Amino acid sequence: MPELNTSSLPDLVFAFLFFIMMVTSMREVTLKVEFHAPQATELQKLEKKSLVTFIYVGKPTRDLRAKMGSETRIQLNDAFAETSEIQDYIAQEKSSMKEEDQPFMTVSIKADKETKMGTITDIKQALREAYALKISYSAAQRVD
Amino acid sequence: MGKKRKTPGINGSSSADIAFMLLIFFLITTSMDTDKGLARRLPPPVPKDQKNDADVDIKKRNLLVVLINSNNQILCGDQFIDIKQLKEKIKEFIDNPYNDEHKPERVEVDVPFFGKKMVTKNHVISLQNDRGTEYQAYINVQNEIAAAYNELRDAVSKEQFGKAFADLNDEQQKAVQQIYPQKISEAEPKNYGAKK
Repeated sequence: MPELNTSSLPDLVFAFLFFIMMVTSMREVTLKVEFHAPQATELQKLEKKSLVTFIYVGKPTRDLRAKMGSETRIQLNDAFAETSEIQDYIAQEKSSMKEEDQPFMTVSIKADKETKMGTITDIKQALREAYALKISYSAAQRVD
Repeated sequence: MGKKRKTPGINGSSSADIAFMLLIFFLITTSMDTDKGLARRLPPPVPKDQKNDADVDIKKRNLLVVLINSNNQILCGDQFIDIKQLKEKIKEFIDNPYNDEHKPERVEVDVPFFGKKMVTKNHVISLQNDRGTEYQAYINVQNEIAAAYNELRDAVSKEQFGKAFADLNDEQQKAVQQIYPQKISEAEPKNYGAKK
C-alpha cells in the first residue's frame, strides 16, 4: 500500500486556521459584571458586528464585589460607569464610525435577567438623548 | 574554514503540529455565536421645553396598555392575565377580526399585492413597566408581543404567498408590514407601587 503524502497537510491546516481567524471576533472586553441573558423565542440576529455597541448591565463579578458592592452596575468597554456617562460614550462610539454607517448604529443591551427595569429605563432614556435609537435587547434562545 | 558550508534545511515536519495548536487555540478563544436579541426602535427624545403629555392623543379603543408591576404581574387592558394568555389577547387586539367596537378601528388601506384591505393601522400597544420590574419579565412580555405580530404576519403571508414571512422578498415583506404595522410604545417610566 502506498503511503499517503502528508506534505501538504500544514498548508491545509493553515488555510483552515486563517478561515477561523477571519470569522472570529474575540471578545475585546473582559466582563466585569455577571451576566445571564434573559430567554426569549422571537430573536433576530444582529446584522453587522462593526455597527454594534454593547452595554453590559449586571452585578459585579465575585472578586470585584468586595470593592464595588453587589448593586447592579453598568459596564461600558472596560470600566464601570454611571448612567450619565452613557451619552458621552455613545457619542464617542458614533464618531469613531464611518459617517455613512452612523444611522445604522445599533446598541445591544446585554443585561442580566434579574436586573431591575429602573436601570434599563435609565439607559434607554440616555440612549434616546444620545440619538442611538436602534437598540436590541440581547437574549438567549429559549429551549422548551 | 573558509569553505562555504551548506545551511541545513529547516525540518518542517513539526509545522503541522504548530499550526494545529494555533488552530485549537483560536477555536477555543472564539465566540462564533452571533449576538441575538429583540430589536426595537426607541422614540426620539422629547424636547426639554415641551410637555410630555402633548403626544398622547390616541383614541381609547386604539390603545392597549400592558403594564408590568414590580411583582412582575401583567395587567393587560384592565385585567390581570397570565403571560401565556398575553399573545392571544394581543393578536385579538391587533387583528380585531369581529370588528369589535372596543378594539382598534379598521381603516381601508390600499396595499400592494393585496388590494384593498381593512387594517387596524392606528392601534398602539403601550408597554409600561415599573422601576422594580424584573428584566426577564419585561423581555417575556416583549417576546410575546413580537410573537403575536410574527404569527399574524406569518398567517397572512402563508395565505397570500404560500410562504412564511421571513422567506418573502423585501417588497412582499413591506406589504405584509403595512397590514400589520408593529406599533409598540415604550412609555416614559412611571414609579408607582415601588417596593421599599
